Amino acid sequence: MAMTMTQKILAGHADLDEVHAGQLIQAKLDLVLGNDITTPVAINEFNAAGFEKIFDKSRVVFVMDHFTPNKDIKSATQCKQCRLFAKKFGLENFFDVGTMGIEHALLPEQGLVAPGDAVIGADSHTCTYGALGAFSTGVGSTDMGAAMAVGYTWFKVPAAIKVNVSGHKRKYVSGKDVILTLIGITGVDGALYKSLEFSGDGLKELTMADRLTISNMAIEAGAKNGIFPVDDITKEYLNGRLKRKYEAFYPDDDAEYERVINLNLDEIDCTVAFPHLPENARPAKSPENKNIRIDQIVIGSCTNGKIEDMQAAAEIFKSSGRKLADGVRGIVIPATQSVYRECIKRGYTEIFLDAGCVVSTPTCGPCLGGHMGCLAAGERCVSTTNRNFVGRMGHVDSEVYLASPAVAAASGIAGHIAHPEEVM
Amino acid sequence: MRVHKYGDHVDTDVIIPARYLASQDEKELASHCMEDIDKDFHAKVKAGDVIVAGLNFGCGSSREHAPLAIKASGIKCVIAKSFARIFYRNAINIGLAILECPEAAENIQDNDELEINFDTGLIVDKTQNRNFQAEPFPEFIKKMIEDGGLMKSLRAKKA
Repeated sequence: MAMTMTQKILAGHADLDEVHAGQLIQAKLDLVLGNDITTPVAINEFNAAGFEKIFDKSRVVFVMDHFTPNKDIKSATQCKQCRLFAKKFGLENFFDVGTMGIEHALLPEQGLVAPGDAVIGADSHTCTYGALGAFSTGVGSTDMGAAMAVGYTWFKVPAAIKVNVSGHKRKYVSGKDVILTLIGITGVDGALYKSLEFSGDGLKELTMADRLTISNMAIEAGAKNGIFPVDDITKEYLNGRLKRKYEAFYPDDDAEYERVINLNLDEIDCTVAFPHLPENARPAKSPENKNIRIDQIVIGSCTNGKIEDMQAAAEIFKSSGRKLADGVRGIVIPATQSVYRECIKRGYTEIFLDAGCVVSTPTCGPCLGGHMGCLAAGERCVSTTNRNFVGRMGHVDSEVYLASPAVAAASGIAGHIAHPEEVM
Repeated sequence: MRVHKYGDHVDTDVIIPARYLASQDEKELASHCMEDIDKDFHAKVKAGDVIVAGLNFGCGSSREHAPLAIKASGIKCVIAKSFARIFYRNAINIGLAILECPEAAENIQDNDELEINFDTGLIVDKTQNRNFQAEPFPEFIKKMIEDGGLMKSLRAKKA
């Protein structure tokens, strides 16, 4: 029976020759992930169920990234609970302040995820690792707690939507513009319960950074996962990072797809998702955007905190020779310690500081209105993060506009939503 | 069972805003449940009430605090046209009853009085004197919800 990439990975992890969409399976897991918000609830469930062992201390990963460095006593208490548990069970991959980065930027960077893996994480953006050809998906804390103990979980095998990418990437366009365009087509529930499987000649135009951003936001289309085939770009990224063997899976020629969406990169320009849903994708270049005055930009997050994202933003500030507009606050957050260090080495940090931005230690903080950049009533932010729901970054009467690092930087300079060309 | 009705794409950020996620206390979570979409929710909700909503209920974050906050508010069941997949899984795992029924979600109105038979999936709108048929849960999921969630169910099995 013909299978998709996702179905092949799931079949392998369920010790089955084949699976079909809708089938309920029990699958072994290569990695179980949690953060400082979801892990405490998982630990409580783990303890309450009376578990005394974790299935593999190299495969349970905790990353303290959301409310860290701790914003208050409660969040410090949650991290302490995770820290004590990690120590008690000898977790080999416990990332605390000093080593931590934003989880979905950190795990690929550290070579912890391999193509063909099955990964769950108690964080909805766990779908990021599909960029590497892995099956990975977000779950809740109870699923995480049970999986920490037993190393497997149940899945319903998803049907799939094929996204056929063609054409060439235009100047200033990145993975963020591609995924916002795609969500604009599918809507926020257009891929509900399904996998998004990327294919086509256009993939060679998409860097690993582009792909990580695209897979990261598969959940914003409702998808269970978003997966890319392994190619030379993947292999080059993995070279020197990944320390274990892997198996790459490719879809059968006659694999079944419920829908095929064609994306021609030639037709995609810089895109902004307007409040209050990621599906409200509109062109960054539009005369009306001049009227949308902004108060803040945020450049960072699991979606756009990689070194390529920092580079894209820094280049806008540098080549325009301009600073943030009066009254605009700029918050730049490299996603990991190594991205942070690289920003210093390459001179990006100085460029950001010269432009009037602050540069923070890694944290998810502002993306979810946690800390480090919450919005007041009536304020607007152009953000490279992934959600623009009501109240997402602060007050219920604030507004979040989702965009790429290049568009966020350009908007910060212009003081309103702007295409990079407008500030050059 | 009185109805609190909402629209499409009710996301986990409005169900329980992230600013309250430093707490795992169910009562505290419940006291902020739905406040960004309906600030009176906590004051008006009564034990046994039902939430009825449109498409993609619970979209967004994987936070289990969302179904926990709803359950701790006293909500007995959420009926929607469709659910986001992580919320769906989380709700079952923590023992919050959910029913996917587009027809019911479309027609039931705010403040209607309902009766739900979880064995048969029959939803009776007493205010409108109308019935809606939802797909009932399979036995093992019904048992999980009755036991109070996945972990309690696993424990019950062990005992």
